[in-house]
Amino acid sequence: MILNTHAIRAIFKFEMSRTLRTFMQSIASPVISTSLYFIVFGSAIGSRITEIEGISYGAFIVPGLIMLSLLTQSISNASFGIYFPKFSGTIYELLSAPVSPFEIIVSYVGAAATKSIILGLIILATAGLFVPLQIMHPFWMLLFLILTSVTFSLIGFIIGIWADGFEKLQVIPLVIITPMTFLGGSFYSISVLPAFWQKVALLNPVVYLISGFRWSFYNIADVNIWISLGMTFSFLVISMLIVFWIFKTGYRLKS
Amino acid sequence: MQNIISIKNLSKVYQSGFHALNEINLEIHKGEIFALLGPNGAGKTTLINIVCGIVNPSSGQVLVDQRDIVKDYREARFLIGLVPQELTTDAFETVWNAVSFSRGLYGKPKNPELVERIIKQLSLWDKKDNKIMTLSGGMKRRLLIAKALSHEPQVLFLDEPTAGVDVNLRQDMWNLVKELKQSGVTIILTTHYIEEAEEMADRIGIINKGRILLVDEKKSLMTKLGKKELILDLHSPIDEIPNKLEVYNLILSKDKKSVTFTYDENNKGVGIAELLKELANEGIQFKDLQTKQSSLEDIFLSLVDSDKKQS
Ligand SMILES: Nc1ncnc2c1ncn2[C@@H]1O[C@H](COP(=O)(O)OP(=O)(O)O)[C@@H](O)[C@H]1O
Ligand SMILES: [Mg+2]
Repeated sequence: MILNTHAIRAIFKFEMSRTLRTFMQSIASPVISTSLYFIVFGSAIGSRITEIEGISYGAFIVPGLIMLSLLTQSISNASFGIYFPKFSGTIYELLSAPVSPFEIIVSYVGAAATKSIILGLIILATAGLFVPLQIMHPFWMLLFLILTSVTFSLIGFIIGIWADGFEKLQVIPLVIITPMTFLGGSFYSISVLPAFWQKVALLNPVVYLISGFRWSFYNIADVNIWISLGMTFSFLVISMLIVFWIFKTGYRLKS
Repeated sequence: MQNIISIKNLSKVYQSGFHALNEINLEIHKGEIFALLGPNGAGKTTLINIVCGIVNPSSGQVLVDQRDIVKDYREARFLIGLVPQELTTDAFETVWNAVSFSRGLYGKPKNPELVERIIKQLSLWDKKDNKIMTLSGGMKRRLLIAKALSHEPQVLFLDEPTAGVDVNLRQDMWNLVKELKQSGVTIILTTHYIEEAEEMADRIGIINKGRILLVDEKKSLMTKLGKKELILDLHSPIDEIPNKLEVYNLILSKDKKSVTFTYDENNKGVGIAELLKELANEGIQFKDLQTKQSSLEDIFLSLVDSDKKQS
């Protein structure tokens, strides 16, 4: 057997049914919090902010808000998905099954990314209720949506393997990802920053994701679209390399 | 005899620096029930976990049906089912889904009839749609067995299958194991209950402190090492064993009312007739006699004991 497709399907299904069981946390709560952002930032504050590059403020923040949910949910879903079996001990079955690292990654990360993509589309639809939307490059929009979901699900997977307690599971999304997303131009264009801080902002990987994603909506970007795409791909490749190293060495999975 | 598992010079040093296994060599024959017997902490679980791929070996080699468990891990693992020592299960899945999941994980196509048969065989059918967290400990143990059987393994590892299990269930488990053996499955179980090994195993390996002390057929193990005792209840107490009887190494009980003669299976009965004659000559009469064969437990204790003294 070259690929244990039955195993991939079994894990994928298991993970997806876990999402449905925890529907409130997985889907409803990000949708509600995003709606609140629209009400607060889009309507209350946005009405006092003039348009940004011809786009109403409410519409401008849509891509950034979707990214915010995408990143945090990809990480929390994927990290929990692999951390929990480790924590409960059921991982013994995964470790002793005839599945390759590739199959494990494809199924766990695939399931987490699928959830994120669905979530992103739901938030997008929700946003449509609050602000007039326009997607100028739908193919690119989907590409960024998928690449980001997969990359951050991989990162979540790595965190889930590294974490040896629930605090560690929370700490990276809270201390690193959320600030990076807020500072990465979710709510503003980094071009409004002083020159020095613009340079600093370019060190923030999330800037490229949001810029590229926003470009696919409104054809406006902080950085060149090809640079955004290149960076997004690089993050994906780096995450993949780390994950394969983990499986090669059995790091934190096997004693 | 064909070997389904062959373990060569296997050692395990945990990250803590603890030597859990030292140069283990072991062959498991196809179709047998092999009991790995040893006290807590002997390294039984470590050994099983290495064969199953849960723990990395430090050195040595393990072949399952000629397939290396590291290099050809996929082919090797297809053959193996594992029932772990700890009751580690999901909580929110149903029994049916959990068993079907295991089958899928092992690359087997869906087979609801088989899953149904296995769940019924383990008396979980009326619980098939229940969430696992509602099951009792004994049911969870059976669920773990059902999961391991769902992919039709050729080798089944049972790590302390009856630990914390009530008497009825233990008997059921023993019957199940015998049925599985009948259908050609090789079974390796670990236990620190001697009677479990004695009841079920074809061969027994004794492990202590990461070393295999002995591997043998249960029958020959018991005859080879099994000492027999002849106990004579005396008519009237004696103060000491007469000098003439010294060669028999008799042991006088504390209450001085009985003597014990120990002989082993190899020199079967030799000396008993003479002993009785000489006792009569000395005027020692007995009113009753009994013989006792040492159990696996005694064998085990004496082995572990001498192992302790050596180290
Ligand atoms: N992950 C680990 N790290 C360090 N030591 C361990 C680990 N797992 C088991 N041990 C030690 O290895 C020894 C053998 O354990 P184990 O194989 O579980 O024994 P058994 O199953 O025979 O009771 C024990 O002393 C145990 O403390
Ligand atoms: Mg054990």
